[in-house]
Amino acid sequence: MLNILPRIRIPLRCYSAVLTARNENFAKVKQSDIMAFENFLGKDGVQKDDISNHTTDWTGQFKGHGSLVLYPKSTDEVSAILAYCSKNKLAVVPQGGNTGLVGGSIPVHDEIILSMNKISQQFAFDDTMGILKCDAGFILEELDNKLAKHGYMMPFDLGAKGSCQIGGNIATCAGGIRLIRYGSLHAHLLGVTVVLPDEQGSVLHLGSDIRKDNTSLHTPHLFLGSEGQLGVITSVTMTAVPRPKSVQSAMLGVQSFEKCCEVLKLAKSRLCEVLSSFEFLDDAIMECLKTNLGLHPVLNSPTPFSILVETSGSNEDHDMEKMSAFLDELLSKKLIVDGVLAGSSADAAKMWKLRESAPLAVTRDGYVYKHDVSLPLNSYYELTNVMKERCGDLAKRVVTYGHLGDGNTHLNITSSKQNENLEKLYVSILIPILLLIFRMYPFLYEWVVAHGGSISAEHGIGQLKLPYSNLGKESEERLLTKKLKNIFDPNGILNPYKMI
Amino acid sequence: MKILVGVKRVVDYAVKIRVKPDRSGVVTEGVQHSMNPFDEIALEEAVKLKEKKIATEVIAFSLGGPKSSEVLRTALAKGADKAIHVQVSDDEAAKLESFHVAKALQKIVEHEKFDAVFLGKQAIDDDSSQTAPMLAGLLDWPQALYASKVEDGGSGHMKVTREIDGGLDTIKVKVPFVLSADLRLNEPRYATLPNIMKAKKKPLKAIPIKDLGIDITPQTETIEVTEPPVRQAGGFVEDVSALVAKLKEKGFVKA
Repeated sequence: MLNILPRIRIPLRCYSAVLTARNENFAKVKQSDIMAFENFLGKDGVQKDDISNHTTDWTGQFKGHGSLVLYPKSTDEVSAILAYCSKNKLAVVPQGGNTGLVGGSIPVHDEIILSMNKISQQFAFDDTMGILKCDAGFILEELDNKLAKHGYMMPFDLGAKGSCQIGGNIATCAGGIRLIRYGSLHAHLLGVTVVLPDEQGSVLHLGSDIRKDNTSLHTPHLFLGSEGQLGVITSVTMTAVPRPKSVQSAMLGVQSFEKCCEVLKLAKSRLCEVLSSFEFLDDAIMECLKTNLGLHPVLNSPTPFSILVETSGSNEDHDMEKMSAFLDELLSKKLIVDGVLAGSSADAAKMWKLRESAPLAVTRDGYVYKHDVSLPLNSYYELTNVMKERCGDLAKRVVTYGHLGDGNTHLNITSSKQNENLEKLYVSILIPILLLIFRMYPFLYEWVVAHGGSISAEHGIGQLKLPYSNLGKESEERLLTKKLKNIFDPNGILNPYKMI
Repeated sequence: MKILVGVKRVVDYAVKIRVKPDRSGVVTEGVQHSMNPFDEIALEEAVKLKEKKIATEVIAFSLGGPKSSEVLRTALAKGADKAIHVQVSDDEAAKLESFHVAKALQKIVEHEKFDAVFLGKQAIDDDSSQTAPMLAGLLDWPQALYASKVEDGGSGHMKVTREIDGGLDTIKVKVPFVLSADLRLNEPRYATLPNIMKAKKKPLKAIPIKDLGIDITPQTETIEVTEPPVRQAGGFVEDVSALVAKLKEKGFVKA
């Protein structure tokens, strides 16, 4: 039973893997290719067996069929690999921590996996200017710990911080929970070293190591969110931010979505420069956290919406004064009905555990359809209500959490995984799932675009959203990106069947 | 039963402790502080007993610098009825010893007639674990240390379960008594916003230490505070035989 499930899941979940046939212009990996790679990487730089963790994404939704993982240790080795693959028409998928949610970092057919795991030697930090320069294979949390020694931190934070790599963060323009305070990665990226998939394996140093440089097209930013389409990032130069000395968290119970927006407005004006997070959870995800993970809400009385607000600053007294005044005002204006202010880091950790465990809690339901869309706030929660009505009994749960402060909603729709016997499989599982899928798509994405939103706020396009990637984009823009891709990757060998 | 609960303001447990460059102590300026977690547990137990109508009044106590009033406000928000702040300067607070705290508690207890004093089993900053037993000695009261369960024992007694090596120890203590709370006694509640607002109106009495007539001259002198030795970085070996050779070389296994 267990081993049949993945087989029926593949056609269901990975439309593009099914729809996109293998491009027969690409060569297949031969023994001579493997020997060539072993020649310039050494035997330990080439892996042929036990590579399933490189061909499957962490959610288990996507599975590719690659048979080879390469581990270059330097930019030069990446250059040698890409030059060889370009000459021999071998398709390549660059891979960092493999924590993406749209199937962008795993092979679709038989692409060679270019793992960045071993490119993590160079690290330099200027603690006056706060400028970091490091290899692309460093893990986000590792970098953050290194910066802590200098009183700095990375300007973004996400659930996958223990596994994701900085190169992948740049390639996917990772968002996360601090965006409201520090801005997107565009505000921080200064330069990248990239290797192009051309016959020379060209190495380019784009941007610079200084804060201000307005002398060219902002080429490093082309690679920000490029999803491995243009080149392989091997080194990153970016700014870090001073590590806050005082962090305050509060969980607020709110009765209506309109009031959530009022609370956000007030938070922006009252907490101002210390506001560092404004996260949103509805009662459906709270229920899911309780049932699936045994995590109990922090608030005593259940409310339709919970908001997690965080401040980060340099002076505890100052921040507390602002936070207290803000909370006083919320209560006196009756914008919130309940709330808890964290009295210690243990309290704060419990609040954040709820928000950070939300992605895990939904997976326990069985099948989960994750969404990452951004919308103007007046349509933000309307989407949830529309989908609830549309999916009806076909869905087990329709839950919403997300970065309200950025207009980014993670709407998740789940359905149960039933353990029926084999004969009943198609009737009892497949049909309801197909019905649910046809209910959801493309309706959901079309709805989002029609309401002025984006079908991918921070997760990107990858394989998952490729069928919808022209929604909300003018055909001229699609054409322009194709032309750009062609300049960087004339043979189209880098991360094919995705995004562009 | 009227319960006095001692709460101490300490550096938050999640803060990475740094030693001052002159090695006179640890850096406390500009780092996050919170209520000592074991004191939070002691407070929660007292509030629970009040909710069960076993206790009649819960009063929080803190001996410390000006900012100790913050943890007392938190204690009031979490259910204490009143608070007493015995004031010292920040410099004096840094040199306070368990004995001074026990003496101050003794004075308050004798002055206001309490039936029990609840304390955390230790403070996470100095880890002394001395205040509760010293106070029991000074008051000549029975003590129930490292409590993991507290129940009414009937006829003026409390039944207290303690976690000890290899099992549980259940004792009956006669009221009045001193209790110290262990980790698993309960899970402290949060300070909710409505309660934080209410706490602002609850009485918080400040008493300068000199009014208690206690001598807080330090009895010990801190000569030096140093960081623990940095762990040496490990290395990788190629295979089992290299590992065995390495172990022999270091003398961990017989050659």
